[in-house]
Amino acid sequence: MGAILKRELSSYFNSATAYVVMAVYFFFSGLFFYTYCFAYNSASLAGVYGNMFYIIMFIIPIITMKTFAEEKRQKTDQALLTAPTSLTEIVLGKFLGAFILYLICSCIYLVYAVIISFFTTPEWSVILCTFLGVVLLGASLIAINVFISVLTESMIIAAVFGMAVGLLISMMSYFASMISLSWISNALKAISFMEYYQNFTYGILSIVDVVFFLSVTALFLFFTVRALEKRRWS
Amino acid sequence: MVEVKNLTKCYGSIKAVDNISFTVENGEVLGFLGPNGAGKSTTMNMITGYISSTSGTVTIDGVDILEDPKEAKTKIGYLPEMPPLYVDMTVRKYLEFMFDLKKVKLPKKEHIEEVMRLVRITEQSERVIKNLSKGYRQRVGFAQALLGNPPVLILDEPTVGLDPKQIIEIRKLIKSLGQKHTVIFSSHVLSEISATCDRIIVISKGKIVADAKTDELSTAVAGEQRLSLVVEGNSADVLSSIKKIPAVVRVVKERDMANGSAKYIVRYENGKDIRKEVFNAIVRIGAAILDMQSSNETLEDVFLDLTTRDESLNDGGKN
Repeated sequence: MGAILKRELSSYFNSATAYVVMAVYFFFSGLFFYTYCFAYNSASLAGVYGNMFYIIMFIIPIITMKTFAEEKRQKTDQALLTAPTSLTEIVLGKFLGAFILYLICSCIYLVYAVIISFFTTPEWSVILCTFLGVVLLGASLIAINVFISVLTESMIIAAVFGMAVGLLISMMSYFASMISLSWISNALKAISFMEYYQNFTYGILSIVDVVFFLSVTALFLFFTVRALEKRRWS
Repeated sequence: MVEVKNLTKCYGSIKAVDNISFTVENGEVLGFLGPNGAGKSTTMNMITGYISSTSGTVTIDGVDILEDPKEAKTKIGYLPEMPPLYVDMTVRKYLEFMFDLKKVKLPKKEHIEEVMRLVRITEQSERVIKNLSKGYRQRVGFAQALLGNPPVLILDEPTVGLDPKQIIEIRKLIKSLGQKHTVIFSSHVLSEISATCDRIIVISKGKIVADAKTDELSTAVAGEQRLSLVVEGNSADVLSSIKKIPAVVRVVKERDMANGSAKYIVRYENGKDIRKEVFNAIVRIGAAILDMQSSNETLEDVFLDLTTRDESLNDGGKN
């Protein structure tokens, strides 16, 4: 796993990918930070986090699109799959590589918190709680997008499909509000990422939300392993 | 030792590999020969555990590739048809990655240096792979397969796309590796296989159609020998007089040549020598032999014969 993780990170940072992703992430979070905190004179980062949800939806497919799709196209997966390494190690290595890049992006919030601390005392508990929310949201989205990448040979398809899934996920609460049948509406709410994510941005740390994101992550990593396995059998 | 038993791979209703069995002993160099699409790569992919078999087993030194893949894979070095190179890495970085990926327990730096020296890419070690020529890429792929000194080497068309000088180098390399490793390598180029291998398996349409020592293959499979003649004289007389010789199986006129002479191919039974009889028969009808060459059937003939024989049988069945 170590070897794959190391290679993933070096491939992100030896190409433009990592820098472009970081630039976009920092630009939009900075923009939101400016409009919500400076323009409104607020010490709450909730607005920044709430809006970053949509940016994250678009950025993560870009990070993960090549994880498996490119390997398959270039046939480098032959090296991975014929090496004495388990599929779980391969998937975890790929996942962690993307996750670490995402984590580096997310650290910008801590910088904003420090900036706020020059003007007023920030609520550190809320900030850390929200930070945890961002990290967990990212982990689950990365797992979903890594899974999408394993299904195709084309990076473009992986990215576009990932973004579409992301949009669908973000609109889940909206759909829920539109449907009058309560059981469907409740079911949609139960799988709406926004519902769980928002609690973090308000500073509410609930075990349900944490478990939700962790289980989505684990589930899709498991699916990825199975999809890799299935490819050998078909 | 590699043992393949009743290996079959189906893609839907198509049988890409159909009930193949063979054993490769330690230190043996086995050539895997077949036309494109015969199932060579599929078989190799199954031996290395890249894809699974529909039925049948592969064991490497007694370890089943599907039951204990981790253990079995440490014993194999695999160079696929398209070398699995991360083109954005330098040669050295790539080999370091593969070294870690394969969990090799040798001293890292020295071992990588040694392998690079063996395939002669030391001077290219700091170059990014995407800037390397096809020949160098192939060598990097080779180096990758050699990491960890695996007892079994599986090479899928290692010389495709190389220039003649490189091909000769790679052949030499395979031969020298064959002294310490068990090597299975595939090709659709006959001369290459016969120059490097101890033993040849010919595969066609997913089935083994021949399995023999290299020098025995042509005679063993064909069951007859060949004599090529250039004779000046009446064709009909020449043909009929040669046909009268008891050991002759078949004689055909291949083509007319200058000054009323023509080239004939005579096929006769194995283990006999008919040259004197042919000479006497030709002299008796007043013709003259301008050229006579005794030859085993070339591997090319055998190969074509083996891989097309099937087709004519199948066609016959359908009609």
